Amino acid sequence: MSNRKYYDSELEALNTALIEMGQAAADAVENALQALCAVDTAAAAEVVKGDTRINHMERDIEHRCMTLLLRQQPVASDLRQVTAALKVITDLERIGDHAADIAEIVPHLGRMNQSSEPALNEAVQMGRNAHQMILNALDAFVRQDEAAAREVIASDDVVDDAFDAIKRMLGQKLAHDPDEVDSVMDLLIVIKYLERIADHSVNLAEWVQFVRTGKYKNEDIF
Amino acid sequence: MPTIIEAKNLDLWYGQKQALKKINLEIPERQITALIGPSGCGKSTFLRTIDRMNDLVPGVRVEGQMLYAGEDVYSPSVDVTWLRRKIGMVFQKANPFPMSIYDNIAYGPRIHGTRKKSELDEIVEKSLRGAALWDEVKDRLKKSAMGLSGGQQQRLCIARALAVQPDVLLMDESTSALDPGSTMRIEELMRELKKDYTVVIVTHNMQQAARISDRTAFFLLGEMVEVGPTDKIFSTPEDKRTEDYISGRFG
Repeated sequence: MSNRKYYDSELEALNTALIEMGQAAADAVENALQALCAVDTAAAAEVVKGDTRINHMERDIEHRCMTLLLRQQPVASDLRQVTAALKVITDLERIGDHAADIAEIVPHLGRMNQSSEPALNEAVQMGRNAHQMILNALDAFVRQDEAAAREVIASDDVVDDAFDAIKRMLGQKLAHDPDEVDSVMDLLIVIKYLERIADHSVNLAEWVQFVRTGKYKNEDIF
Repeated sequence: MPTIIEAKNLDLWYGQKQALKKINLEIPERQITALIGPSGCGKSTFLRTIDRMNDLVPGVRVEGQMLYAGEDVYSPSVDVTWLRRKIGMVFQKANPFPMSIYDNIAYGPRIHGTRKKSELDEIVEKSLRGAALWDEVKDRLKKSAMGLSGGQQQRLCIARALAVQPDVLLMDESTSALDPGSTMRIEELMRELKKDYTVVIVTHNMQQAARISDRTAFFLLGEMVEVGPTDKIFSTPEDKRTEDYISGRFG
């Protein structure tokens, strides 16, 4: 291994930066959920502000990957690691965006709170599942654990089912009380963002197989 | 693509030292095959076994088969002069003969019996065009080949190999002494050449193998470890030794 100390340290630094960005995106979702739960406008504003940091992390990782491609011309598993990193940071950045999007809705939820609104309660639970999917996908990616990645992909059904169930609840609420149209619409958008967050976690998990084997969604890329 | 060259259980010894061990390798027609591996792995020895250049090394012994168009090149009935006409070789260092550009190219055809000037003129032009050198030298064919640049000299050697109408071109580190521009010209030329010829290259330059070859074979300690489509070898090699070598972990 001593042939390529510098190169290995650059790859290791890339991996570390990726973990940090993933953690930052997951934290943003967690904080957005807490703000949502408590309808806490100040906490929500922090999440919106924090998204800039995640965007900068994406730029930094892009730069690292491009520099590695330029200077090291990676091949084999190194090439797969660098190209997968370039792909997954887009998903992590989108997760951060959606956390900020949810946080932006929080001030509009006004009077709504968890005890009086079962749909909000369900949405927060759905969000916790989506958040766990991000953490699990990151973990699978870092450890290159294909079995764990498959579990993440399968667990998307739970989030999708929750989305459908909450959507029905909101439909009934609207039919029952048309005056609540604004809060119903806002919450509908929130759960759509949460559903997308789970999808981005699935995307992240799907690259684990590629990094390990060169196959993407069970198909050979080369 | 049909196979034009095939090694079957090929062993080679230099005296007591075994340099090639049970090599089985098929080289498809009209493709570029790259042989890679660290110094001393046997890749150049393998290349030289194809056109029997190793016959000149004292104490060399070959077992197994090296088939060219289905015939064992080591069978007693094979005429080595004929073999080397069909299988041309270009070396690491350009080695133009100390004579005119024209005579360098005409040298081979003359030896093989072509005397008519009009025929030789035609061969010289065709070969130089084939080696992408014609436009640069057409006005100074009678000038010494030694006055050409390194890249031009190497293309001259390719033209000289083409002049005897071979099927196969073997290139042993043929761009390693050239600057990037000349290297690119030769690589472009190889891509052109593979429409009509089979090209086998030995290179230490991984990027070059990845850029131009269709198939790559990895040699290590006299063994052929892995062969496959170049994209596959450089993205998802099957053997860990291949992965470690191409990614610079050893060698």
